[in-house]
Amino acid sequence: MSRVQIAFQDNDESRYIVAAIEQDNPTAVVHYEPAMIRVENEGSLTINRESVCEQIGMDWNVQSLHLNLITLTGHIDEEDDYFKIMWNN
Amino acid sequence: MSPTKLNLKDKYKLLTRDLDWEFSYEDRQEAFPYEEFEGIKITDWDKWEDPFRLTMDAYWKYQAEKEKKLYAIYDAFSQNNGHTNVTDARYVNAIKLFLTGVSPGEHAAHLGFAFTGRQMGGIGARVAAQMQSIDELRHIQTQIHAMSHYNKFFDGFDEFNHMHDRVWYLSVPKSFFEDARTAGPFEFMVAIGFSFEYVLTNLLFVPFMSGAAYNGDMATVTFGFSAQSDEARHMTLGLEIIKFLLEQHEDNVPIVQKWLDKWLWRGYRLLTLVAMMMDYMLPQKFMSWQEAWELYFEDAGGALFKDLERYGIKMPDYTETIKQEKEHLSHQAWWTFYQYTHAAAFHTWTPSSDEMDWLSEKYPNTFDKYYRPRWELAAEMEAKGERFYTTGLPQLCQTCQIPMMFTEVDDPSQVAYRESVYNDERFHFCSDPCKSIFDNEPEKYVHAWLPVHQILQGNCGGGGLDKVIEYYHLDNGAANLEFEGSPDAERWKQWKGVA
Amino acid sequence: MTVQALRNDYHGDFKDSVDKFGGAQLVYIGWDKHQLFCSSRAFPLLPTMTFQELLDNVMPEAFSQHPEFGRVVWERAEWILDNQSFQPDHSKTLAELGIGHKSVLRLVTPNLTGYKGADV
Repeated sequence: MSRVQIAFQDNDESRYIVAAIEQDNPTAVVHYEPAMIRVENEGSLTINRESVCEQIGMDWNVQSLHLNLITLTGHIDEEDDYFKIMWNN
Repeated sequence: MSPTKLNLKDKYKLLTRDLDWEFSYEDRQEAFPYEEFEGIKITDWDKWEDPFRLTMDAYWKYQAEKEKKLYAIYDAFSQNNGHTNVTDARYVNAIKLFLTGVSPGEHAAHLGFAFTGRQMGGIGARVAAQMQSIDELRHIQTQIHAMSHYNKFFDGFDEFNHMHDRVWYLSVPKSFFEDARTAGPFEFMVAIGFSFEYVLTNLLFVPFMSGAAYNGDMATVTFGFSAQSDEARHMTLGLEIIKFLLEQHEDNVPIVQKWLDKWLWRGYRLLTLVAMMMDYMLPQKFMSWQEAWELYFEDAGGALFKDLERYGIKMPDYTETIKQEKEHLSHQAWWTFYQYTHAAAFHTWTPSSDEMDWLSEKYPNTFDKYYRPRWELAAEMEAKGERFYTTGLPQLCQTCQIPMMFTEVDDPSQVAYRESVYNDERFHFCSDPCKSIFDNEPEKYVHAWLPVHQILQGNCGGGGLDKVIEYYHLDNGAANLEFEGSPDAERWKQWKGVA
Repeated sequence: MTVQALRNDYHGDFKDSVDKFGGAQLVYIGWDKHQLFCSSRAFPLLPTMTFQELLDNVMPEAFSQHPEFGRVVWERAEWILDNQSFQPDHSKTLAELGIGHKSVLRLVTPNLTGYKGADV
């Protein structure tokens, strides 16, 4: 399996997105680098809308990911309720 | 009755796919005249999937929000004299190189995606390419705005647009994008959409920008990350186009492989500038070029190629060469600019002893053996009042247009020479891949505008170096030459109250 | 191989053919394993120039900044012309010696190993 990776700007919104990722992807590894937070996981990584809403304490739209996203690797599966990146190998 | 909210899939269908129409009285082939000449076979555009499902209404909404955040930071940066808060005035030279070398490439990408967004027959791909075209225009605009603050206080920024068409090292990015833009729409998509965006821009926009933050440059890190959030979308478009082409027809596989081989190398050579920016131009360093390369190319790119194996795609043959060069690239590049800085729109300097120790630590196999002695000799010459500026003009590679400064993979003490003869004329190359790119399409490269040859033909202001510098609009004695003693350095000392 | 183009007659006219240099021809000159100079450099030279004139006038302009330049013994220097070993008669002209337009001429001095013996 190859690793997928996603990076966010280090800010107040991303903090909750990353918390939701850690909650739903127990094997994910989080790296804090200058001005950014980079998250890696084996094979795939999922961001669930509901988990982010819970963490952030308000309604959160999956597409607003674009506001804080820096980069990612892998194929994308995007629905109203989740955003997933994965490799097929 | 309240209106029903559409889900993402239905909304995407209505606001992209349904925008297309059948041609009733025009010939489809005439409407998309560039779709076939490259040999690519498309059997069904409906198989196209845009994974982000971003529709135009959402696009404008999120882009507007990104811009508001970005410009609020620009305002804060300039109102608070942000330029005095960077780690050192030397740092600013990295972003001079960014504005002159990278930003015009954003504009070229804007034009390229506008063309491609018109020429591809599938509506999903057209809409995505159109958004990317607008993004690229946003990138050059936000970069110019960010730099405009620095332009008030530092030399070397003001003529970036004029310089782009003239200055010797800027022909490297310029010719790269012109090569892509003069290809057909599918090669352009593989060149810029996939090879450059997906595999390579991460190296520029992620670790370098993180480095900008580390050096106190709030404006640059902000436009960098804001741009890269668009790149995340561009990357998925690049990946989608590759998968789509490979799935459409088996005859597409060798064509795509040839383009990948060409464009990963072309992009990699272009990143030589970034290697040197990371290792030599950031006063506060946190990640070496080699480390960035391993993380963002070998690791992330490796996973990608593993995924493409099922289609019969393989990593280019020269990957081993790249692996060897990662320990040499930044050192050879900075050494070249160091000795030609009299003709460059930014300053160079010898690394301090602390910086050399950092380089030794990061490059234990190469720095002390091959590169430290160069800097020691440079420092000796400087101490004698003979700061080293080389005479004459460098031999350039016909393909990448970089001075032929790269060494043999198995002998870092020997410069590599490669040559082809085409219609009785000799052409020279820095490497095997640059030679084979030429040999595959000689018609395209024989009329390259090589800056050194143009100067020697008298087409760049005529006469000697002074005339060339005038032709470049290079502010001689201010924007060029050694950093120590430059007007930039003197102003910095005044701001910082250093004698 | 040829380029895949919209028109069958697509071609590029040489931008750097010898007729464009006002009677001169381009010669690239390098000094192997002396990396003070990052690359070979391009010189427009008359084909009627003798090799001795090249040694007397062009080589100092190109390489005299190097601390080892004064120690080059020209009678014993080795040369590579267009990737072939080459023994020039110093009295002959570039044209007579086969040094043509866009030839690469490399000086090789095995006994001089560069600054600190590091090929610099």
